[in-house]
Amino acid sequence: MTRSPVLELRGLSRRYGQTTVLNDIDVTIPEGSFTALLGASGCGKSTTLRIMAGLDRPSEGEVLLSGKDVSQKTTHQRNIAMVFQSYALYPHLTVFQNMALPLTMRHLSSLGRMPFVGAVAPGSSKARNLIAEKVGAAAEVLGLTDLLHRKPSSLSGGQKQRVALGRAMVRDPVLFLLDEPLSNLDARLRVKMRAELVALHRRTGRPFVYVTHDQSEAMAMADQIVVMIGGKVAQAGAPRDLYDRPASRDVATFIGHNAINLFQPADGMPGLHPAADEAVIGLRPEHLSPAATGALEANLETAEYLGSEIILALRSERGTEIRAIAPGDYAIPAPGSPVRLGFEPTRLHLFDEQTGKRLEVAS
Amino acid sequence: MRRLSITRREALTDLWLAGPATLVMVLFIFLPVAIVAVLSFTDYQFGAPSFAWIGLENYSKLFGSTLGRRAISNTLIYVAIVIPVSVGLGLAVALGLHRMMAWAPWLSQLLRTIYFLPVAATLVAMSVAWQMVLHPSLGVVNQTLAALGGTPQDWLSDRGLVLYTLAAIGIWQAVGYNMVLFLAGLVAIPPELYDAAEVDGAGHGWSRFWTVTWPMLGPTTLFVMVVTATNAFRVFETVATLTRGGPAFASDTLVYALYREGFIYFKAGYASAITMVFFAFLLILTLAQFRIVEKKVHYR
Repeated sequence: MTRSPVLELRGLSRRYGQTTVLNDIDVTIPEGSFTALLGASGCGKSTTLRIMAGLDRPSEGEVLLSGKDVSQKTTHQRNIAMVFQSYALYPHLTVFQNMALPLTMRHLSSLGRMPFVGAVAPGSSKARNLIAEKVGAAAEVLGLTDLLHRKPSSLSGGQKQRVALGRAMVRDPVLFLLDEPLSNLDARLRVKMRAELVALHRRTGRPFVYVTHDQSEAMAMADQIVVMIGGKVAQAGAPRDLYDRPASRDVATFIGHNAINLFQPADGMPGLHPAADEAVIGLRPEHLSPAATGALEANLETAEYLGSEIILALRSERGTEIRAIAPGDYAIPAPGSPVRLGFEPTRLHLFDEQTGKRLEVAS
Repeated sequence: MRRLSITRREALTDLWLAGPATLVMVLFIFLPVAIVAVLSFTDYQFGAPSFAWIGLENYSKLFGSTLGRRAISNTLIYVAIVIPVSVGLGLAVALGLHRMMAWAPWLSQLLRTIYFLPVAATLVAMSVAWQMVLHPSLGVVNQTLAALGGTPQDWLSDRGLVLYTLAAIGIWQAVGYNMVLFLAGLVAIPPELYDAAEVDGAGHGWSRFWTVTWPMLGPTTLFVMVVTATNAFRVFETVATLTRGGPAFASDTLVYALYREGFIYFKAGYASAITMVFFAFLLILTLAQFRIVEKKVHYR
């Protein structure tokens, strides 16, 4: 299935004085996709989002919206919606007015927006009815109907989040941009809002671009992840591709719930792979587990029992730290005792020792 | 030794911290005000051995006489000009300088200092400079006017003009202070709100101002208005040094009248009545501003 791109960034760079924040990046946002821009803080992901929105201008490169260059257009003209990390609700307006603002700016003349005169301005009552209808519908979807007359200061974090989403939804934008929208919520609410966001994405059918530093958020929600490292796109692809075939050592480190084991040639782990003495070998803890006939042997240091699984920290004879995961019913041996570990050879990743780039495994 | 309970000890600490200041306030502010309030119902003169109760006579004199009414109306006109103009100008200058920070920071800093100078300078000393500037024949203002083909004016001795001249000086002095307060308010506006306004299509010109800047400056504006109003009501230095309330009481104000009656004619009773009226005006104005604006400013 090929989907036509809604938004494309081509050869995009952004410099502030001497500092290069974005260095020649290409990103494509297909129709109906849910894209996560994933990276550590300072990697340029928020700048990328701001350039997509039109809040910032690129130093070089093109921003194409439905194939047309939009670099001279404002966000509103591009009809792109954005949800901010701090929600950025207008504190003096009610929930209704906050959500209605993009519509009043579009449908009412500056005369019609005025407090008292507005009521008698030509065509304004029709526009007002339309706005009330749209805001009401969005509020219904988001469960905000009872809060429409409240001010943002009396809302909880989750409610503010919904209002910010509502303000983005009401005008049916071509693209939703979300800048770490869940980072100010507590853990339980965050998981709940994740599901709501995915549902909202399905409902609107519009592409979402979601900035986050949390790889589990990206993996859980997105169908395309763009990993950004140091102002460059390190890898872009489906979550499964990123997990199964990380393009570099850095991506492998970033993706995955448990930090990947990386064995340097100097660590001397000959049992892993014939190329172990010239390349870095990556092996995720979840693919390494105790097995009676395993190829590796190491001494157990600590074991964290998590119920469904046990995370083992071990140390090889040469002192290399190894993390492995055992099933929850595994009988934990005494600390210091040797444990044999087995793995699927197809789960190994090889990376060039100098460049960190992925090497294809010939096994 | 018996130890006090924690609540007792905390209460004692609170008393220690707030007590002395409260005591001094009561002794040196509330008590004198009470005495002034009492004196305003007497015919007491400074230095006199006795006084008589005369009820509301001082007040009826103030509100009944042409002179008293003139002082009140002059003060109200002065305040009515100085508040809106100096708040409006202060905001305009602050907006300009704030935007200028983006492309010419040094110029913005320089202008900010220049605007702030009148605030830092002593108004009495500045009045001398104003006297020179406004001099009927030698002053810069009239010379410029003449050069441009206008008619020179007697800025400080024309009965119809003098109050407005003083108001202009008052504005000149207040703008810098208001500007600094507004600048602080502008810096505190979260930049995401401007981004949000941009996304919502309210990112330019007036819509940006009405959607973000003005509402977010609400608390600052309230504070600036209260401060400006209090200062405007207290106008004294310029009157005392430039006009002495003249010509023919055309620039007489409440505080100058109070000074004249109290400290030149030693009519303590009458001066006390003026003081009470002055207090009342200030109180009403401040309360009204808080009542009306407070609700619309903190967005609860």
